[in-house]
Amino acid sequence: MTPRLPRIAALLAAALLAAATPHAAFASGAPGPGSPAPRFTLPTRAGTVSLDSLRGEVVLVDFWASWCGPCKSSFPWMRDVYQRYSGKGLTIVAVNLDKSRSSADDFLLDHPSPFTVAFDPSGATAKAYKVWGMPTSFLIGRDGTILLAHSGFDPRRAGEVEAAIQKACSP
Amino acid sequence: MSPAARRFILAGATAALAALSAGCATMRVEPWDRDLLAEKKMTFNPLPLERSIDDHIYFSKEGSMGGQDAGGGGCGCN
Repeated sequence: MTPRLPRIAALLAAALLAAATPHAAFASGAPGPGSPAPRFTLPTRAGTVSLDSLRGEVVLVDFWASWCGPCKSSFPWMRDVYQRYSGKGLTIVAVNLDKSRSSADDFLLDHPSPFTVAFDPSGATAKAYKVWGMPTSFLIGRDGTILLAHSGFDPRRAGEVEAAIQKACSP
Repeated sequence: MSPAARRFILAGATAALAALSAGCATMRVEPWDRDLLAEKKMTFNPLPLERSIDDHIYFSKEGSMGGQDAGGGGCGCN
């Protein structure tokens, strides 16, 4: 038995390594620039919103949740961008992924949002977009293709997203 | 027991062990499902004060910080 021990140990090590290998390749398979944006129809505070009805506009779809820190800091930025570009054809749809509507509503009381807020407690839309972090946002062009996919919020890098929005909005 | 049977059992046991040790690792928690994981009480940190002192020493000695709480954060970003 003794000479076999190293072999068993090697086999075990290989098995453990295989088991420990992360099964999730995070951003892999997510719809990126150039691919068509997955369609959705979701309830909002005032009714419903569907991506199809926004064809012809530049749409920023932002997936967020009330418990997510960077989402908190992204709201003032989205408000600012919305105010400056909504007249130039930008629509923002902030898709909330909270399980409970009340926590989303509490967040929205503290973070005024003049843009469209949609609610997807099941996460089906996030699954379709293969959201790999919170927040994740997709900039969708007038023809319905994705121009930019971005995860996280860093105020120092927000300029890049704004530049993309500006470019998409310019005729 | 014949050597073939023993090898068969050994292979089966290894496969079972590998499957068991994979455990929850095969179940990916989706980023939008991390609300409970993001709570402070879900971090591996029974002694916050001691941890912060340790972190300070670590930062001073190594010039780096963070990365201890795999369960925390919850955003999958930054």
